[in-house]
Amino acid sequence: MTEPMEDLYSRLLQDIRFKEGLKACMNCGICTGICPAAEYYQYDPRRVIDLVQTRNNDVIRELLKSETIWYCGQCMSCKTRCPRGNTPGMVIMALRKLSQELGYFTDSEKGRQQFALKRTVGDNVLKHGYCVVSYDVDPEAHPEQGPAWEHYYNHLDDSLARLGGELNGKEGPTRRISDDVLDELRSIFKVTGGQDLYDAIEEASEKKAEEMGMEFRKEGRDFEYFRHVVTADNGCHQSEPEDVRKDVYETGR
Amino acid sequence: MKPEGKKRIWAEYQKEIPDDHFFYVRSCIRQTFFAGSEQCFLKILRDDLGKDVFEDPRHTTCTGIGYHGDVVPFETIQAVVARHFALATEAGYKHIAISCVTSFGIYTEILETWKHFPETLERTREDLYRATGRTFEIPETISHASDIIYKFRDQIAQKAKYTLVDINTGKPLKVVEHIGCHYSKMFPKHGVGGAEFPHVLVGMVEAWGGDIIDYPERRHCCGFGFRQYLVQANRGYSLFASRKKFESMEPYRPDLIIANCPGCTMFMDRWQYTIKEIDGITYGADGQGIPVLTYEEVAGLVLGYNPWELGLQYHNVQSMPLLRRMGIKADPSERFLARDGSRLPDPVNLING
Repeated sequence: MTEPMEDLYSRLLQDIRFKEGLKACMNCGICTGICPAAEYYQYDPRRVIDLVQTRNNDVIRELLKSETIWYCGQCMSCKTRCPRGNTPGMVIMALRKLSQELGYFTDSEKGRQQFALKRTVGDNVLKHGYCVVSYDVDPEAHPEQGPAWEHYYNHLDDSLARLGGELNGKEGPTRRISDDVLDELRSIFKVTGGQDLYDAIEEASEKKAEEMGMEFRKEGRDFEYFRHVVTADNGCHQSEPEDVRKDVYETGR
Repeated sequence: MKPEGKKRIWAEYQKEIPDDHFFYVRSCIRQTFFAGSEQCFLKILRDDLGKDVFEDPRHTTCTGIGYHGDVVPFETIQAVVARHFALATEAGYKHIAISCVTSFGIYTEILETWKHFPETLERTREDLYRATGRTFEIPETISHASDIIYKFRDQIAQKAKYTLVDINTGKPLKVVEHIGCHYSKMFPKHGVGGAEFPHVLVGMVEAWGGDIIDYPERRHCCGFGFRQYLVQANRGYSLFASRKKFESMEPYRPDLIIANCPGCTMFMDRWQYTIKEIDGITYGADGQGIPVLTYEEVAGLVLGYNPWELGLQYHNVQSMPLLRRMGIKADPSERFLARDGSRLPDPVNLING
């Protein structure tokens, strides 16, 4: 496939978060010093900004296809500390948006995870009116939620009744969002480009699944490609090997 | 420095928190994991403080987790939030009370964007009208729900049935506070005390008798990281960040962690369980875990609410040691009850029993 010839830096400038997030970086590296992602992953926000500032199309395209842009956790600690008022976290948000619009996100293992985010949080928004719903946090998929959550999940009606809520009730916590309200949300997504982004993620992911020879379904989560993107880990993302990390923990105590 | 100069400097770290008439916007995470905490906030404001809080059942998610998970565009979330403003406008409310730090950060980001890029406000108005036929006024104030509890902290203290003092020793309880990154790291002027001197939880704890612990990783992220927790393969990121905080606070032997953000509350509770299961490590005194409570739950305990109706039993780290220190008599056998009042089997492997 021929790569598009458009100026990617200009595309980034169309995103207000990019305009606001990157004024004039002097590459001091404070963002990297404060960054929780830089501590965990092979990630250096100073370097990302440095690469973007080259305005070189090939360099930016490589970035859009890379694992690098998916490591940030968007805590935005970088915004507080940057002496020039930049926000590398917002630059990352603009890079991720463009990577998805151009279909480049499926080139990286971490980027492909966007499909899982769309099928979970993304679909929840338009189906239920919430990003997260209690009946969707299955303890089997979330062992870290522990025994308290498992108990709550297995006795949702009883637990909620005591706390003042009613599952799918008319008001209060975990109430049902009515169909006319969901229609308003869907309409907002259509008008503002939210639905287009969902469609772009679906389309590129289906193509990638085919390329990888994996089963893909138009809905749901119980199929090979979904399971693959949520669990795949090639072991090359972290800043130090797992055994070194473990040693640090053990000797540090 | 002259007192006038000090006052001028500190004025930059204050924010206007209205006295009454709030339009309440709810939180996906708080209602899912801490429903009792959300209800407690409403009860305290309405029943204990006599305030008017309006809640519209047509209010939805702000889509914030989708936005920071990068599947929801900025234009879309602006229009969703504008719809919430439209509901407030239609109901005649000008003060928004926000129950979620992620949402709060998004509201501040959107208001600042509209101020600095007025064309984005115009576009949002057009988008919302085209999509829903609704129009809106920009609210006069936005407060995080904790800002409001902070404002009324002394009134709550006056009504207190219990304080954050160990009844056995007479000494203040040692409390770790965690305000959550998006409360004021992005737009400091919207938070009490800004990013440098966040005071919203400190003020509550001190008003209710506790001592705040200052520790090296006090401002470190809990590790939510949005996609870093939501996708199974990335969860080590989230665990790593929380663990760094626990190891940093451990030497101070805190009695309690009080958290501003429902997500942070959940992670610091869940990761303590995970670390105990994997490595057998706990971070509190005497081999116990450190209870992690929301500020509403702490306010509720101070005011004498039933801990099990607040939902403290639905934390992996149970609060019995804390309740005993505060002098609160709560029967652990009444934690897990069915709707008809019959006893459900207790979960196993909870921390602190």
